[in-house]
Amino acid sequence: MLGFLQRPVVVTADINLNVVALTAVGLLSRLWQLSYPRAVVFDEVYYGQYISFYMKRIFFLDGSGPPFGHMLLALGGYLGGFDGNFLWNRIGAEYSTNVPVWSLRLLPALAGALSVPMAYQIVWELGFSHCAAVGAALLILIENSLITQSRLMLLESVLIFFNLLAVLSYLKFSNSQKHRPFSPSWWFWLMLTGVACSCAVGTKYVGVFTYLLVLGVAAAHAWHLIGDQTLSNVRVLCHLLARAVALLVIPVLVYLLFFYVHLLLLCRSGPHDQIMSSAFQASLEGGLARITQGQPLEVAYGSQVTLKNVFGQPVPCWLHSHQSTYPMIYENGRGSSHQQQVTCYPFKDVNNWWIVKDPGRHELVVNNPPRPVRHGDIVQLVHGMTTRLLNTHDVAAPLSPHSQEVSCYIDYNVSMPAQNLWRLDIVNRESDTDVWKTILSEVRFVHVNTSAILKLSGAPLPDWGFRQLEVVGEKLSRGYHGSTVWNVEEHRYGRSQEQKERELELRSPAQMDASRNLSFMARFSELQWRMLTVRSDDSEHKYSSTPLDWVTLDTSIAYWLHPRTSAQIHLLGNIVIWASASLATLVYALLFVWYLLRRRRRVCDLPEGCWLRWALAGALCAGGWAVNYVPFFLMEKTLFLYHYLPALAFQILLLPVVLEHVSGRLCRSQLQRSFFGALVVAWFASACHVSNTLRPLTYGDRSLSPSELKALRWKDSWDILIRKY
Amino acid sequence: MPPAVGGGLAGSELRPRRGRCGSQAARAVGPDVATEATVWSPKRPAPSSRRFEAPGRWALLALVTLMSFATRFHRLDQPPHICWDETHFGKMGSYYINRTFFFDVHPPLGKMLVGLAGYLSGYDGTFLFQKPGDKYEHHSYLGMRGFCAFLGALLIPFAYLTVLELSQSLPAALLTAALLTFDTGCLTLSQYILLDPILMFFIMAAMLSMVKYNSCANRPFSAPWWLWLSLTGVNLAGALGVKFVGLFIILQVGWNTLSDLWHLFGDLSLSMVTVGKHLTARVLCLIVLPLALYTATYAVHFMVLNKSGPGDGFFSSAFQARLSGNNLHNASIPEHLAYGSVITVKSARMAVGYLHSHGHLYPEGIGAHQQQVTTYLHKDYNNLWIIKKHNTNSDLLDPSLPVEFVRHGDIIRLEHKETSRNLHSHYHEAPLTRKHYQVTGYGINGTGDSNDFWRIEVVNRKFGNRIKVLRSRIRLIHLVTGCVLGSSGKVLPKWGWEQLEVTCTPYLKETLNSIWNVEDHINPKLPNISLDVLQPSFPEIMLEAHMVMIRGNSGLKPKDNEFTSKPWHWPINYQGLRFSGINDTDFRVYLLGNPVVWWLNLLSIALYLLSGSIFAVAVQRGARLPAEVEGLSQVLLQGGGQLLLGWMIHYFPFFLMGRILYFHHYFPAMLFSSMLTGLLWDTLLRLCAWSLASFSLAGHVHALGILSLLLGIAYSFYLFHPLAYGMVGPLAQDPRSPMAGLRWLESWDF
Repeated sequence: MLGFLQRPVVVTADINLNVVALTAVGLLSRLWQLSYPRAVVFDEVYYGQYISFYMKRIFFLDGSGPPFGHMLLALGGYLGGFDGNFLWNRIGAEYSTNVPVWSLRLLPALAGALSVPMAYQIVWELGFSHCAAVGAALLILIENSLITQSRLMLLESVLIFFNLLAVLSYLKFSNSQKHRPFSPSWWFWLMLTGVACSCAVGTKYVGVFTYLLVLGVAAAHAWHLIGDQTLSNVRVLCHLLARAVALLVIPVLVYLLFFYVHLLLLCRSGPHDQIMSSAFQASLEGGLARITQGQPLEVAYGSQVTLKNVFGQPVPCWLHSHQSTYPMIYENGRGSSHQQQVTCYPFKDVNNWWIVKDPGRHELVVNNPPRPVRHGDIVQLVHGMTTRLLNTHDVAAPLSPHSQEVSCYIDYNVSMPAQNLWRLDIVNRESDTDVWKTILSEVRFVHVNTSAILKLSGAPLPDWGFRQLEVVGEKLSRGYHGSTVWNVEEHRYGRSQEQKERELELRSPAQMDASRNLSFMARFSELQWRMLTVRSDDSEHKYSSTPLDWVTLDTSIAYWLHPRTSAQIHLLGNIVIWASASLATLVYALLFVWYLLRRRRRVCDLPEGCWLRWALAGALCAGGWAVNYVPFFLMEKTLFLYHYLPALAFQILLLPVVLEHVSGRLCRSQLQRSFFGALVVAWFASACHVSNTLRPLTYGDRSLSPSELKALRWKDSWDILIRKY
Repeated sequence: MPPAVGGGLAGSELRPRRGRCGSQAARAVGPDVATEATVWSPKRPAPSSRRFEAPGRWALLALVTLMSFATRFHRLDQPPHICWDETHFGKMGSYYINRTFFFDVHPPLGKMLVGLAGYLSGYDGTFLFQKPGDKYEHHSYLGMRGFCAFLGALLIPFAYLTVLELSQSLPAALLTAALLTFDTGCLTLSQYILLDPILMFFIMAAMLSMVKYNSCANRPFSAPWWLWLSLTGVNLAGALGVKFVGLFIILQVGWNTLSDLWHLFGDLSLSMVTVGKHLTARVLCLIVLPLALYTATYAVHFMVLNKSGPGDGFFSSAFQARLSGNNLHNASIPEHLAYGSVITVKSARMAVGYLHSHGHLYPEGIGAHQQQVTTYLHKDYNNLWIIKKHNTNSDLLDPSLPVEFVRHGDIIRLEHKETSRNLHSHYHEAPLTRKHYQVTGYGINGTGDSNDFWRIEVVNRKFGNRIKVLRSRIRLIHLVTGCVLGSSGKVLPKWGWEQLEVTCTPYLKETLNSIWNVEDHINPKLPNISLDVLQPSFPEIMLEAHMVMIRGNSGLKPKDNEFTSKPWHWPINYQGLRFSGINDTDFRVYLLGNPVVWWLNLLSIALYLLSGSIFAVAVQRGARLPAEVEGLSQVLLQGGGQLLLGWMIHYFPFFLMGRILYFHHYFPAMLFSSMLTGLLWDTLLRLCAWSLASFSLAGHVHALGILSLLLGIAYSFYLFHPLAYGMVGPLAQDPRSPMAGLRWLESWDF
């Protein structure tokens, strides 16, 4: 029983000094003078505002990526005790003392630093020599663009870190597959693969391409596993299940977790509220919630409501009417009904209030007990301030002549009868007797006489309509579209019989009690959907570039310029590394095709194991480059050089692999091999030299004279800033 | 080449029939050679297919064809008015007959064939095809409809033969034919003057010839092999020549060819020379031949359309000079630009158009409230500008003054002829491209301010040179802000009449957006010189036509707040398209798939994925299947795999497309999906029959299953046929309607 006492407790530490050394230099290169410059550098101005929102726990919507990356940056701010008070409005603005610059920049810098030893390990796990592995790590270490990008509050280095981590842990997992399947370390690396993948996706959407690559490689391996007839069926099934859980289920769960934390953190209403649905807004503290808190849930006859359009494009707005009428004759000569305008208005206003009326009765108050309105009921909508009824008829709408005009009916006594009955159609009803609920119900108003549907056309009216948005009756409505759907946002039970009293009532804020909450999944799906569909103005930028410029490094980005001297930070790659990495990819592709064709003809130049290693290295490194690069050709957004960095990181890994292959396999004699070795050393020395030459632009620590700067402008397309004195 | 044929035959004798079949499974296992030896030929063990002797087969094919023609030509003349897109394609057919140049986003072959059919059937091109609903009256339209219906009817025998070839099973082929014959959607789409029947004809013909030449693989370089191979190429050219989505079938054939070549390459019994011959044959028939044919269609297109027409403005000045009736045809204009000339300025970027202004202001809130400046593709008086000196406003056309030429680097002012406002820019943001400056028309009767001054520069020229009309590529640089006049190519909203935005861009990079050329040039003081205008070469014309088409296609963007058809709607038959008629008194035709057929197709895809993966995993696990199941699984994996690939290639790319999409885009994919359904159900029923072999009635399971499917489909067609053949009377909500009770989804509105 006490057998464990008979043996001494032994701790065997296996420390690869290479890794330690690489980590150390990695940290040194990324953390050196991290808080310099103490000014907003390039896209920090963009991410910084979100950090502030996190610190103040204010809700925001950013279409550029999922929240994990933003949260990591915010974590830095939290650790540094940042209170979020800084106005992120201008690149180059000096940070105030309350901004913990060092800790804000720490996490991206750490991610960048750790990429160095990880590169070493990936190449080693791919089955290549320590020498090649150290080479890969050193190349990552001295690549200027990676250094620049990791030393700022930006997300590319984090993305690269998780991309590499996913690949590395998958390699560790698949290497332990042969000897010790289902061992703890096997499980650990498998799970870590899934987690790293979802972290990569959670940082930026483009991480999904690396995820797909890893999935593809895993699927190919799994397919071989299925073909392995030495394993029993049950065991194969276990293997498949484990992979499915780790690589499909876990990433989804972790991704949801990011959003859960995100929504947990951001609980206060803020400037982006308007884009979200009323229900979502009501779930935030302050803002709409303060107004809607305590509203009655069920809309009843006599309820006073504001109606918000669900689609809300081009801007979120509420159904609105006012005293002005449609002009008799429009600019283009068409006539109108000259009745009271009905529009959609993007601001809160007393004229947004409508009263739900029972067509069979006259009073505009809620009975006691209230009679709720149900799906399929016929209602009239009375405009609160003018007491006119919402009406549509067979007159062409002002800007959309194929649809019907919607107005508030004025009886001119001209054989144009009122057509003001609307059938309530609750779109998201659970049963056909559902009650119309505040905020939660999405309803359509179907006109009884013409079966037109109340719709926001989105066109801004001319001056006579105060440039509010046009509302029409859509005759040919086909299927569901958000622009025909409305929901009650503010709601209270009307109590006043008299118009004067009622106007007072309308002007007073609604107050009552009860609160509602959306489920997490509902909030997640809405937020995710809006994030994917939110329109960013994709205008060109001074430093924007096209994917074709990237491979040849035909572009650069000026990140920061010292306010007085000409010290500056530039996103510039090490041109030697870029060129040789591209060359290596080309060589790899040619060699691969050559070997593949020869193998097909049963000429095996490489032994089986060597071929598999060669193919796997290509699939992960060249494949990683391709999946992180090619999709940009199809993207329509504004692109910058830094979008290429994840692809570049993979491409750099391929470089030593190809070099080792060439020296080991293609150099026949010892003489050739030594000659090639000398070439490699010379090449590496030149890469170091270039890196060192560009260092002032990478760190921005030294002011260069105009002539020095001119000398650094190796390509005409590099926009190095030269001050004119 | 007789020796090659001999050699190829000798070499291939060693290979089993349809050697390709083994390749997929073998490759998946790895480069294990041994597995390849156990290649299977999909011999159908079922004696039933042998019962049909050759005459029987021919009779069945004839029957299928007859049914197909009967359904397609039934009531072809109804309705005797323009339906839906007939207004476009009929009109374009007329353009060919009238030889008027026009512009369309699709390649020309389809419309040329429509025009040819009209021409041969005695249509004289005089009908205007103005809008859907216009009566044809005495104009002969049946020729064009009949041509489309003829091609549409051929789809069914093609599908029948394809499935027969892939599955070697008559019932499967018959089922496929029934699915397509009785699909109301295919029927409707085939009955009108549209490009779709033509496109689908070429797609199916390409698929059929590809399958045929695959099955000739055991006799390479024989006459039928060459025939089918080159027919594949011809049909590929046809498909691409009708619509760009023809590219999808090219992808499919390309994939098939690659895997075919890969297999041949791995066959060590073939010498490299033979493999080289195979490669060359495919390059010739599948790349060179289609390209040549495709180019030829354009040659014919440009040859036929030699008169100026509505499409001129979409093309560059040089291009227009080819068209008789165009003012640039045999142009005789002053050669060098002089002050006082009236000119039009055209963007060098293709399909952007002329610098344009009109008497409407930018709406308030969008930059300064001044006159709009846009680019416009059509020729118009509002495209005319007068070129003036920046500092004088004297009448430069006064004959007493000497002619003064505009030179590179001069400061000029451009006055809009119709409204007498100057081309103007200032530090206000442009309406759409926010980082650029707004360009407006400013000033009264030519008197403005210093923001109206522009420096005119010729690209790659020295200062002081004169500026040549048409040939000089010029840039206009705003003097005050230093920005360059350019067109962003973005479409302005309604207030700008959906013309294109003009901006002044502060980024001085030399792009086509900011380069212009002078096109028309009127100056009475200068002698008109007959310019032997740059005759563009044929490749240049081809390239330009393609650029214009691609831009036209990507310009078809859906608008906000409008219902648009989404790709996920299509396979579930979510919503149809109105071809004709809205109200209950109209003759209504509604393009909607037969829901029974479509939902069966949907189910079949799911079933196929399930059964296919079961078989694939079983094979990979090395399970020993009985010979009969083995054969069936091969049909399922190989034949079905090709069809599934066809469905995916013709469907999924639509998810990535930004342009506006319509329901009828799904029909090519639907053809593949129906073929898959036929093949799948036949195979599954055979498997069923096999697994029940111990029971006495087992033999009938298959026959009964097929028969009930056939009957069910035919009955559903009986129910839904009014959708295609037209219905009059109350709408379907009304219980008195003939379609009452058939509106199974709320989103169908017939």
